[in-house]
Order: sequence, then C-alpha cells, then structure tokens
Amino acid sequence: MSARDEILGRVRRALADADRSSPPVSRDYRVTPPDGADLVALFVERVTDYRATAVVVPDADVSAAVEAALAGRRPIVPDGLPWPVDGLADTGQAAAELDAVDAVVTGAALGIAETGTLVLDHGPGQGRRALSLVPDVHVCIVRADQLVYGVPQAVALLDPARPLTWVSGPSATSDIELDRVEGVHGPRTLHVVVADSFRA
Amino acid sequence: MTGTFVGMPAFPTAARDALADSQLRGNLARATGTIRAKRAAAVAEVPEWEALRAAGAAIKDDVLLHLEDYLVQLEASLTASGATVHWARDAAEACAIVAAVAKAHDADEVVKVKSMATQEIGLNEALAEAGIAAWETDLAELIVQLGDDLPSHILVPAIHRNRAEVREIFQRAMGTAGRPAPDGLTDEPAELAAAAREHLREKFLRAKVAVSGANFAVADSGTLVVVESEGNGRMCLTLPEVLVSVVGIEKVVPTWADLDVFLQLLPRSSTGERMNPYTSTWTGVTPGDGPQEVHVVLLDNGRTRALADQVGRQALRCIRCSACLNVCPVYSRTGGHAYGSVYPGPIGAILNPLLRGVGVDDQVDSLPYASSLCGACYDVCPVAIDIPSVLVELRSQVVDAHRGGLPGGEAAAMSAASWVFGRARRLAAAERVSGLTGRLATRLARRLPGPASAWTDARDLPTPPRESFRAWWRRTGGGGDA
Repeated sequence: MSARDEILGRVRRALADADRSSPPVSRDYRVTPPDGADLVALFVERVTDYRATAVVVPDADVSAAVEAALAGRRPIVPDGLPWPVDGLADTGQAAAELDAVDAVVTGAALGIAETGTLVLDHGPGQGRRALSLVPDVHVCIVRADQLVYGVPQAVALLDPARPLTWVSGPSATSDIELDRVEGVHGPRTLHVVVADSFRA
Repeated sequence: MTGTFVGMPAFPTAARDALADSQLRGNLARATGTIRAKRAAAVAEVPEWEALRAAGAAIKDDVLLHLEDYLVQLEASLTASGATVHWARDAAEACAIVAAVAKAHDADEVVKVKSMATQEIGLNEALAEAGIAAWETDLAELIVQLGDDLPSHILVPAIHRNRAEVREIFQRAMGTAGRPAPDGLTDEPAELAAAAREHLREKFLRAKVAVSGANFAVADSGTLVVVESEGNGRMCLTLPEVLVSVVGIEKVVPTWADLDVFLQLLPRSSTGERMNPYTSTWTGVTPGDGPQEVHVVLLDNGRTRALADQVGRQALRCIRCSACLNVCPVYSRTGGHAYGSVYPGPIGAILNPLLRGVGVDDQVDSLPYASSLCGACYDVCPVAIDIPSVLVELRSQVVDAHRGGLPGGEAAAMSAASWVFGRARRLAAAERVSGLTGRLATRLARRLPGPASAWTDARDLPTPPRESFRAWWRRTGGGGDA
C-alpha cells in the first residue's frame, strides 16, 4: 500500500468513532475597526516601535524622502516603481551579485496599521523576493490609501497565489537571552516612506 | 550533551540534575520571565483575544475531524500550483525522501529553516549518514548545532545558554563549519548576531537545496506559511533552486481567510510581538521568483495515533508558539532537556506520549507526571488546549499500561487517601497520627522511607502541623475567642 493510502486509512480509522459534527467557526473576532481611526498615524507609531524609521510626505516629495533615507547609497530599483528613483535596474542578478548592492527601494501591496506591517506581493514596483532580501538597507514606499486597519482586512485583500512577504520592522532576533537585536540576515535597516496625497 | 535525546533518563532523574545547575536556573528564570511579560502585554492589547482563541480552536478541531478531506484537498491544490507532494508514514521515510531530493541535485549540503518537524524526525543526523551536511540557519539552532547540544525550547532552542557561553561556542566551533568567528568577538548579543550573519551568508549564497517546515498549510489555496524573525527563513525559501518542506499532517488550515486568526494568535503568543518581523507565504512555484522545484512532504510519524485519542486529539491543534513553556512552573525551573524530547514543557508532556504511545518507554511514561496541574498552560494556550485534562487522562493510560505489576507508591497512596477522606472519623484519626509523625518527620530530614521515597525524592515533605485543623477548631471554636 502506498504511504498516502496508508496514512489516509489511519486517519479514517482514528476518527471512526468520533462525533464529526463540528459547530460553525464564529468570526466574532472580525470586529469593525474603530470609527475615524487615523491609520497613517497608527501605522507610523507601530512601524517606529520596531525601530524602523517612518516618514509621511506628500506624493510629490516621495523621491526626495527616498533619497534622504538612502543617504548616498546606490539602490537597486525594480521595474514598475511609480516614483522616480535613481539606481540599478533588476537584470536578473544572481544572489552573490545582489550581495554587493547596498540598498533596495520597493513599493508594497498594502500596509497594516495595527501591527506596523508592510506586505509585498512582489508585483510591479516590488521586484522578485531576492531583491528586497539580500541588500542591507530596504526603503519601502507605501501609499496612505494602501493602509488597512488590521490583519483580517489585509488577509481579505491579498492574493494567495502570489508569493507574499510580510515585513514588520528590520530583521531581528531574541535568541540570546531574549535580548532583542535588530539585524541578522534580512535587511538590518528598514526605512518606510508613506506617500499621502492628501497631505499638503 | 551527546546530540541525541535517545536514552535520556526519565523526567524525575533528569529534572534533579537540571535543578542542581544554578547557571541553567538563572538563564531560564531571566528568559522565561522576560517573555512572559512581553506576551501578557501583547495579548492585553487585543480586546477580541478570547474570540480569536475560540476561533483558532474551532478551526483546528474542524480540520482534525475532517482531516482526510482537507489533506486530499491540500494535495490537489499543491499539485495544481506546481509542487510535488510526498507522503511519509514515519521519520525514516520522511528523511529518505529529503535525502533523495538532495541527491537528485548532487547536493552535499542543504540550508535549513528552523523546523520542529525536521527536529522530530532527526533529519540532520539522517542526512549526515547520507553524506549531506545540513546547516541550521536560525541563530538559536546554530548555537545548538555548533555546541553539539540539544534544543531546550520550541521557540528559542538555546534558551539555556547565556551570552558568554554563546561567545565561547562561536569562537570554538564556527571555524570547523565554515567562516570562523571574527577576532576579538565580545559577548554583546548584537556582535554575536553579526558573527552569525557573516558565518551563514556564504552558505545562503551558494546553497542549491533548502529544507523547511511550515507553520500552516492552506488546503484551499495550496499555500505554505513560514513565520520567523531573522530573515534566515526568507533566505532559504527564496535563494536556492530547490525547496523541500516537511509538514506535519495536522498543520492544515481549511482556507486562506483562516490565516487572519493564526497570524494574530501566533506572534503575540510566541515572541510577544504584535507581528513577527517576517512571514513568507508561497504557493507552489512562481516562475522567475524563488525555487523552481518545490517539494512538500506530508508527515504522519504518530500524528494519526494522537488523532485516535479522544481526549488527547486536541493536542494536534498546537501551533508551536511555546507560551505554555514560558508560564510553566516546572519548565521554567528544569528547562527543556529534562523532558528528553524536541517537544519540552507542558505541550511536550502530552504530545510525546500521544505521538509515541504509552507503556513502551519509561521516559515517555514519566512525562505526564512532569506537571503540578496548575493550569497556567491552558490559560495562555492560543488554541485553548486543555493540557491539564489531557495530562490526567494520560496518567490513567500510563497506570493502565503498567497494570499487572504491584501498584506503585503513588497508586497505593491515592487509594489509601480516598479511604481516609471517605469518612470523617478516619480523617480525624489520621490527623492525630499525622501530628505525631510530623514531629518525627522533622527529624527524618523530610524524606519518606521505602516505596514512598519516590514521592519525596522529587519534593520536600511538608512538616505536618502539631495540631490538626479539627483539633484547633474544637479548642478555639474557629478563633472566635482570640
């Protein structure tokens, strides 16, 4: 008998006497976000808690804010980034070549205010996964209208068929005496730029 | 340490050694205290926490009760998205599948994401026998691997090591596995983390094959999820050409939407953060991005045995957050090694006997007793596993499995106790005797003789009061004359 058939047979036998009527799952936890919550302010506060930096700028000032965050580093820039940023194009560099690149600038699919999380779905303007992983500095631009309140609102919008990377602050570890250290294998520095078109 | 849990003594013996290690107790007290406070704060922030817990438990129960359907669905979605699905009845079969994939690509090394399932099946040892080096890339796992040590915590496997010990291990062993530790390495955690970054980067950049587990496997979309902090997971899941993920069959969740429960429950329970630094999800193969050959090994290895246990089945809801370890008065003093398994603490005390069966191995049979039944584990469990009830059930199974021999000291004591407590006059008489023997006991160094010594070997015998409550009540009328 194949391992598959044997395991499925064991599952059947294990549950032969079980009462299979499970009650429906209550979704009470999907509460309506607080009325009039300032998502931008909450997002910035929560991102900063992770010891990342965050600035809110009008759309026209995004390129300048990115340049300030880069502080002279020359980034790799994925195709389709809607803001003009000077840097290397993604030409399919191997991981070892990306290791020689100082920084990366990407957009995001959305941001979660409550947890200070950026989600990349690696579509246009976000690049393949290696791009936002190997360089040591990640500058990520998210539009204010891409922010949602909490995790349920984010999961509902995301497409599972795409590879997703959820980023909450810079790479970190607490593995030595549970003392939090920012920066292990992922980008050790994360700068977030929130583009808010309603901001004068 | 020998690098294997095989042949570990039963819990009481191992615990006594651990308790005598004051360095270990200091490391553990500091670490578990820190993380308990962080978790409590992160959970208190979420008003709907109890609703999330109830949903987490209900979703997992639904999965377990319809596991066959969900596994068949998961297999179909994975296959449709370009992944190759394998099934493994036990550890040996799972290890052989991983080794075969690596060999098919002429790989003599793999990089590994921290994974409880691959620890459980002893994958590193099996790959070593096949001539393949398995590099652990999580910082704590690296410390354990380089120290030829054993993991002692689900989330922070090197929790028993302090910074000075980590520095010593890095200086001694990094050079034998690759890039040596930098000269002048201090014991600052930031410097130690930087040394790990340098040491592992060359391995990430050259690895052809990566091995991971998965925190969740989504049946309707065929998506696997890895939750992590350091970015070593992203490295392994992104850079190599080939990815093999070993996934316990209980890791299934029905729908993509169900992740909105678990991606809230897990980080807050585990590291006490609103969200862990990195979560990666992938669905089979994405052309031009990440591994172009993706394998998933669905692992039984005792899970169907646990599934058959009506009371114990709920242990398969576990999402490996380790909150129960950090609050446990037993774990936070003995540490994880005393449990003799990669699954220590309260969840290990039920999971090991459920996965491996009782009445076979004395070490496993000792685990349901490694608890004071205080219930703190149940309170913090994000999927509401009633660990105390499962412990009590497993204790009765252990007793049943050993029936036929003479009753042990505890069984005899329990039946004697029920006789005494059954009648008020017997209790009064017993208390008079106890008052007498109590005076004697202080002189016996708080240790009971004969078969009852097993009880006092693990506890100090409290000295009975000179006067029983009943005698005191008769004399004073409840203190009203004071």
